[in-house]
Amino acid sequence: MDIDTLYFIIPLVIASTVPLALVALGALFSERSGVINIALEGIMLMGAFVGAIVIYYLEPTGLSDVMIAFFGLLVGAIIGMLFSVLHAFAAVNMRANQIISATALNMFAPAFAIFIARTFFGTQRVPISRTYRISSVPILGDIPFIGDLFFQGAYLSSLLGIIIFVVAVLILYKTKQGLRLRSCGENPQAADTLGINIYKIRYAGVMTSGALAGMGGVIFVLSFSTSFNATVSGFGFLALAVLIFGNWKPGRIIMAALFFGFMRVISSTTAVIPFLNDLGLDDEIYLMLPYLATLIVLAFVSKNSAAPRAAGEPYDPGKR
Amino acid sequence: MVEKIKNYFITNYLGISTGFSLFLFIFIIPQLFEDSDLIISLIRGIIFSIVVGYLVYKFLLFRRNNPNFVPSESKLVVDAGGSLVAIIVGLLFGLLLMLLVNPGQAFYGFSIILRGGLNRNFKSLGDMIFFSVPIILTGLSVAFAFRTGLFNIGATGQLTMGAFVAVFIGVEWGALGEIHPLLHWGTALLFAMIAGGLFGAIPGLLKAYRNVNEVVASIMLNYVAMYLNTMLIVAYIYNRDYARALDIEETAITPIMNLDLIFPGSAINGGIVVAVIVVIILHIILNKTTFGYELKAVGFNRNASKYAGMNSKRNIVYAMMISGAVAGLAGGLMFLVAGKHLKPENILIPEGFTGIAISLLGLSSPIGVLLAGLFYGSLQQGGYYLQLLNFTPEIIDIIIAVIIYASALGLVLQKFVKMILKRKFLEKEDGEPQDLAVEGSDE
Repeated sequence: MDIDTLYFIIPLVIASTVPLALVALGALFSERSGVINIALEGIMLMGAFVGAIVIYYLEPTGLSDVMIAFFGLLVGAIIGMLFSVLHAFAAVNMRANQIISATALNMFAPAFAIFIARTFFGTQRVPISRTYRISSVPILGDIPFIGDLFFQGAYLSSLLGIIIFVVAVLILYKTKQGLRLRSCGENPQAADTLGINIYKIRYAGVMTSGALAGMGGVIFVLSFSTSFNATVSGFGFLALAVLIFGNWKPGRIIMAALFFGFMRVISSTTAVIPFLNDLGLDDEIYLMLPYLATLIVLAFVSKNSAAPRAAGEPYDPGKR
Repeated sequence: MVEKIKNYFITNYLGISTGFSLFLFIFIIPQLFEDSDLIISLIRGIIFSIVVGYLVYKFLLFRRNNPNFVPSESKLVVDAGGSLVAIIVGLLFGLLLMLLVNPGQAFYGFSIILRGGLNRNFKSLGDMIFFSVPIILTGLSVAFAFRTGLFNIGATGQLTMGAFVAVFIGVEWGALGEIHPLLHWGTALLFAMIAGGLFGAIPGLLKAYRNVNEVVASIMLNYVAMYLNTMLIVAYIYNRDYARALDIEETAITPIMNLDLIFPGSAINGGIVVAVIVVIILHIILNKTTFGYELKAVGFNRNASKYAGMNSKRNIVYAMMISGAVAGLAGGLMFLVAGKHLKPENILIPEGFTGIAISLLGLSSPIGVLLAGLFYGSLQQGGYYLQLLNFTPEIIDIIIAVIIYASALGLVLQKFVKMILKRKFLEKEDGEPQDLAVEGSDE
């Protein structure tokens, strides 16, 4: 692999790694608080949809790219948070089957996006005209080699995403609230006896995951296409695989997201990479690999799994 | 004496008269809209009045024979009531959305949705049945796994594998068709079931022997199936000019079984016959066999069934296998149709997820799933006709999503239903039912 291919591939890998890692971190928040959230696909889609609309209307106003991307992400996060409240309500207050309520959200989101877009735009596509890249990050972009590789031509949204990822991890592992949240996913009964409000914490966990997923959706749209077309290409479910492959730990989630992102990029660039072209495998093999790898991890490493013990169980105060 | 006559009349003729008045209602109302033809509204009126009249009659008979029956204590009544409330909530949400978007046409559009497949003539009814076949089957697939305590969210993947295998055989094994068309078509379906069953067995095995959550495993397998499907189509049965799978041989197309005589001009084929047979088979397995009893026991309490000497691991694998086979069959029937092609486009086939909704609404019982599937087909057909107005058919998916969400909140709904039933029952406590009770004990 020569250096030009590397220059070509690395920014793409980063572009797909960031939304994956961010959404997987969202899933981590939710599961650590004890609620399984497979609605991430739908939440991402909702965030991406409304975020894309906001960006569409902001583009002609002459705001700077940074501001537009920022507002897009912000709106995506808010919408994701609001949408995830539905899941939290069902899972926490109603003790509903969390898979069913999440499936409902996953079905609702694309139908709603298409319905609204067709009704108000005439087509289901929401176009975005600019690309939101920055030519070079100040200072870091000037470092030889590494600067060229990582900090030039990067997507604005990716950089914002990385910052948010770091902040979220710090909140989860270095603050009191983070500790409380994690305790609710392991042993909510014990947490309750220590005076922690399980319901409140679980709401917080699900809503944080919603915000991160909604933001991830906007990042997805900004980095991969010039329009939003009522899909996030299964990134929400892929993020779930990232979470499992990353064994519910932020550091490993980044590695898993890098691996999965790399596979996705490879699948669409086999033609330009001589080594892979010679190998002659179908593109789908690379796309399939992350899911197969996750299955294998599930099957053989599940004994050492760091999955939260109470995830998926409605909280029952009677079990204290 | 007068009392006796009155009671006799109530039990035997009230049902019929209710049915008759409903018949008039349903027969006359559609005439207000010009798009209905006379015959279909007549037939619709007769079917509805017979069904409703029969149900009212049965209900009154039941009340007479079981004077101490408390509806709010019956699980079936409360659950079915919950499904009904969920459907009403979903429909109302749809109406609200339509009112917000296009108030002028909202009520007319809503009536189109409600009339659905019974909208126009036998063509629309036939189309409705045709489109509900894969949904009924995926609903059965999810429901069957659900009875064993497993959540088969992977029906989509199993369906995809079944579809590929069926189409592959439909394209390549034309020699079978030369012996007899049924052999070709039947083989394709059989192998579709086997493919779906084997694919469904994977999460079952992982669940039984490695304790892997079947939901997560199934989600991963859905995507594996999706990419595998694309890869295999391109490798073996690709029609490059149209970017889709090759046309299947004529002998592999699902036979119409003379159903076009009843539903002329519609897309209907023998798929519905297969679906009904599967409903009956699964109903028998679940309710009349030891095997079905064991499956349900595992579903209720895995540890208790193990203690009772049942092989819970084996049962989990079998349940997932049968569930997968039914989903594979759905895939086969979906694509063994003239003019329908598998495409290598990396999109999850949505029918698998719809099956979850249908299974929930049908209370995971095969017969309930059949009814819920037809209901969904009717809604979908309504969505199709809705395009005549300025509405997007996706409103149907929105309604379905709200219905699933509402039924996920089952606890509240069931409380609500119980409350209403209790109030009704208490009101009647000192009136009608006791008279009927006296009458019942006389006989």
